[in-house]
Amino acid sequence: MAGSGWTDKRPKSPHLQVWRWHATMYGSIFHRVTGVGLYGGAILITAWVVALAMGPEAYAIVETVVYSPFGHVVMFLWTAAVLYHLANGLRHLIWDGPQQGFTPSVASVWSLFNFAFALLAATIILSLASIASGS
Amino acid sequence: MTTSTKSVRGLGAAKSGTEHHINQRVSAIGLLFLVPWFLYSVAFAFNAGYEGASEWIVQPLNAILFILLACASLYHMRLGLSVVIEDYISKSGTRQTLLIVNTFAVVIMTVAIVLSVLKLWIGAGA
Repeated sequence: MAGSGWTDKRPKSPHLQVWRWHATMYGSIFHRVTGVGLYGGAILITAWVVALAMGPEAYAIVETVVYSPFGHVVMFLWTAAVLYHLANGLRHLIWDGPQQGFTPSVASVWSLFNFAFALLAATIILSLASIASGS
Repeated sequence: MTTSTKSVRGLGAAKSGTEHHINQRVSAIGLLFLVPWFLYSVAFAFNAGYEGASEWIVQPLNAILFILLACASLYHMRLGLSVVIEDYISKSGTRQTLLIVNTFAVVIMTVAIVLSVLKLWIGAGA
């Protein structure tokens, strides 16, 4: 397989497109999407702490970016992604350890709960943060 | 339509992977505690400007937890992204290159974060 493309001329069997989309599929896909997204987040956090170590001038540049409208959007997406990956990661650990939550109805509700939790908690945390800083 | 045994021996998918799987879980358990602490810090300590952020990070507990968070999350990230690269990039050269870049990026970020925190900590005379 390594280094080779698909060389067989016969049609491939359908996989993704034959399934009805349901919450657990979004749940699984978003776990990976947020994971890759958080890699970018880690680069930004590294830039933040390096700027802090470099001094006030470098830190001022970071603050300008963070407090811009674009910065607010990134901050919200980052917080929501962290919370989603955290909640769904806990679910993975519960799957692996006590092995609970595999029945379709439970899995479905759990996926939706994780999405709702991530968006709501991100909104609450960032609202509290802006109230605390008075901005 | 048969493949000779000698050409497939040792080519199975499961030569390794158990350790990778377990390491991913162990770092996840650590992050389960470190990430909520970090989010709490983002919410209540980070919006305090340069002065506030420098004061926050030189507190011994914050400096220790931040370095632990950085090491655990970057390690977890490297394991996770290597799986993503292996899943989607089938071209051998590109795949090997990206896996190496992934490792380098994580090592660079780890060193940058640890040195920055140490510089601030030592600079504050703590």
